[in-house]
Amino acid sequence: MLWYLGRRLLQVIPVFIGATLLLYALVFLRPGDPVAGLGGERGLPEAVQQQIRAQFHLDQPFIVQYLYYLRGIFTFDLGDTFTGRPVAEVVAEALPITFQLAIMALVIETVFGIGFGLFAGIRKGKLFDSSVLVLSLLLIALPTFVTGLVLQIVVGVNLDWLPVTAGRDPDFYSLLMPAIVLATTSFAQILRLTRTSVIENVTADFVRTASAKGLPRDKVVSRHVLRNSLIPVVTFIGVDLGNLMTGSIVTEGIFNINGVGGTLFEAIQRGESVTIVTMSTVIVLVYIVANLLVDLLYAVLDPRIRYA
Amino acid sequence: MTPRKRLLGLGAFALASSLVLTACGGGGGEEPPAEGASTGIVTVGNGEPQNPIIPTMTNEVFGSKVTGNIFAGLVYYDAEGVVHNEVAESIESDDNVVWTVTLKDGWTFSDGTPVTAQSFVDAWNYGAYGPNAQNLSYFFEPIAGFEDVQFAEDQLDAEGAPKEGEVPASETLSGLEVVSDTEFTVTLSQPESDFPLRLGYSAFYPLPESFFEDPEAAGEAPIGNGPYVLETWEHNSLIELRPNESYEGDRVPQNGGVDLVAYTDEDSAYNDLLDGNLDIVTNVPASAFGTFEDELGDRAVNQPAAVIQVINVPEYVEGFQGEAGLMRRQAISMAIDRDQVTETVFSGSRTPATDFTSPVINGWSDDVEGNEVLDYDPEGAKALWDEAEAIEPWGDEPLYIASNADSDHQSWIDPVCNGIRDTLGIDCEFDAYPTFDEFLDARDNNEIKGLFRGGWQADYPAMSNFLGPIYGTGAGSNDMGYSSEEFDAKLTEANGETDPDAAIELYKEAQTILFQDMPGIPLWYNNATGGWSEAVENVVFGWDSDPILYQVTKSE
Repeated sequence: MLWYLGRRLLQVIPVFIGATLLLYALVFLRPGDPVAGLGGERGLPEAVQQQIRAQFHLDQPFIVQYLYYLRGIFTFDLGDTFTGRPVAEVVAEALPITFQLAIMALVIETVFGIGFGLFAGIRKGKLFDSSVLVLSLLLIALPTFVTGLVLQIVVGVNLDWLPVTAGRDPDFYSLLMPAIVLATTSFAQILRLTRTSVIENVTADFVRTASAKGLPRDKVVSRHVLRNSLIPVVTFIGVDLGNLMTGSIVTEGIFNINGVGGTLFEAIQRGESVTIVTMSTVIVLVYIVANLLVDLLYAVLDPRIRYA
Repeated sequence: MTPRKRLLGLGAFALASSLVLTACGGGGGEEPPAEGASTGIVTVGNGEPQNPIIPTMTNEVFGSKVTGNIFAGLVYYDAEGVVHNEVAESIESDDNVVWTVTLKDGWTFSDGTPVTAQSFVDAWNYGAYGPNAQNLSYFFEPIAGFEDVQFAEDQLDAEGAPKEGEVPASETLSGLEVVSDTEFTVTLSQPESDFPLRLGYSAFYPLPESFFEDPEAAGEAPIGNGPYVLETWEHNSLIELRPNESYEGDRVPQNGGVDLVAYTDEDSAYNDLLDGNLDIVTNVPASAFGTFEDELGDRAVNQPAAVIQVINVPEYVEGFQGEAGLMRRQAISMAIDRDQVTETVFSGSRTPATDFTSPVINGWSDDVEGNEVLDYDPEGAKALWDEAEAIEPWGDEPLYIASNADSDHQSWIDPVCNGIRDTLGIDCEFDAYPTFDEFLDARDNNEIKGLFRGGWQADYPAMSNFLGPIYGTGAGSNDMGYSSEEFDAKLTEANGETDPDAAIELYKEAQTILFQDMPGIPLWYNNATGGWSEAVENVVFGWDSDPILYQVTKSE
């Protein structure tokens, strides 16, 4: 088990180098000159532009720029953004709030997705099942900015039930609506995944055996049906944590949350490679860790799976 | 990044603003609050400043809402763009070359140090000095000795970056001279009659001594002499401005302070306004253009700003030279239905152009001689085009209109192109550059294969600012390569004219030359769009489209 963990963690190193190199190359290949756009229509004085290029090594070849970046990582000094703030500070400021939002969304979609999915799967073909199916289809089809803006105007402005925007230092209450919006699509997918899986398992031999030996129905459902149905769902949830962290760009914009999304978006617009690469790399690392957790969870859910 | 600047100017507010000025005229710190003063904190939608809060660095609207309120310059602009002395007692010149500036007594920065002639001269020298790489350094170009504080040609490497260890010949502008604590002189390299008009711009603010000890720290926690002090700056979320007890000028805060709230999305700011969580929105989102005036009623603002949009005609593009070229320029202009595009595409948030300046600028008029080429006249356009065809055929090439596609330009270029296609019978296409900086790159390297979009926002409220920097021979933003001796001479004459009314007439004559040559085809003026909540009163948007924050009142 420990050996397995160690091996998995070692894999992070090549993934990290590969991801940063690839991301850096992509930003570098972005056409245009980021410094030229800094001054608006008029542009900055040429001398000022040249000094900015020199400061950020933008006049150097790609590989040199990349090595400067790696040096920055290993000396814990990533330098400044174009606006003159330390990159590390900007990234460290944006991450916690996005992480909090992602976790809230994850809890919402998991609890409701699995709950509704289980209920629908057990009562396959009944009214609840059919209506939930239609609803989930609708939620999958609606893009986040539609659900976000509609909820914001209806629940926030018209009904006044929840804050319209999260603002600074948002509490649980003001993050609730953004989290719900962020969770909608995945909620529908988890619901459908759980439902299908439950339907399969309900007719499986071991469930029939459990029922036949007189186990109460709720125990059959919770111990046998649900547990066995969760493996595909857990896989999905693991990957989804990464999606939630990146997919929050739209949601964060709508609800004015000062997180990864807005920071990343502005950095991309400005062609600020150090910020883009650092932020994306952190997200890559979140993916890796989430996937590792998922793999470990498999063993808990299904005792037949063992890691060595 | 395209600066998200919006602007506004409102003639109708003259009365309101003069009342407030009288109410607080000469208001020192000791006096009781003027009538109407309130204690509530006004919240204003803004964004994260793109540079440290240093006056000579601040070239965009998020930062300038801070610098404009925590600093006081020699002069300030009222809602209509009229100049009033602030720190200056007088700014005088006999020849428009040597200007003598005298300061009022008793001004201090919020750290208690006095505002002296040296505070101005040091700040300007800092802004102009090449190695400091200040975004607004070009504002000091007219001052004598500017070349000596820049890197010389031979101090730059092949890439244009300064070589290691090189410094400019001088650290200070030779044209600036401190006479006494309250007097200094500015010598320009040529006569400029509108020089005092520029001095309210943030590039010309004074800086305290503490700034020069650690500019970086000062950019984070600036100390100024304006109506407000910057209390806290939580990056990307909130900037708190609170009244400055030691402020000596006329712009005395009538509220308990201003909170500038950062938004990344205009829609969310607008929805917060509707819900009463935000007091002032300075930028209505495009999605609400059609509805915001109904939703907000008399709390909405939609007025021309000091911004003009044009289609520029580069001199290097074939088909636009000579007599035939002139006719083509006019024909294209007459084929554009400005009223229809501003109404349908922009829901009235643009105003059709009638000249090369802006309605908020003193001297603007809709009767500049020659401006009838801006009227929609399909028959006339077709006739002119055919006449040009007879001299020199256009061929099968489409007419290209270039712009960046990372902000919404397709929405107006398409209908403009449709009009040209229908009227002139030639093909017309939007030549899209994916990003703004790619577009600039092509523009600056003369690689654009047709006409291209241009936009101009005034730095200070003067007609000259709309003409010289864009259409003067070799001017910084003359991306068309336009050069007319007649126009240059008229401009020089206007700049040297000491009588303001005569100067306006000369600037209008200069525009008549532009209408003959059409180096750019004026389209429309941007409107400043904004609104405020029921919680605040006395909200006035200035000529630069920013609300005049000190006079807003809000009860707690």
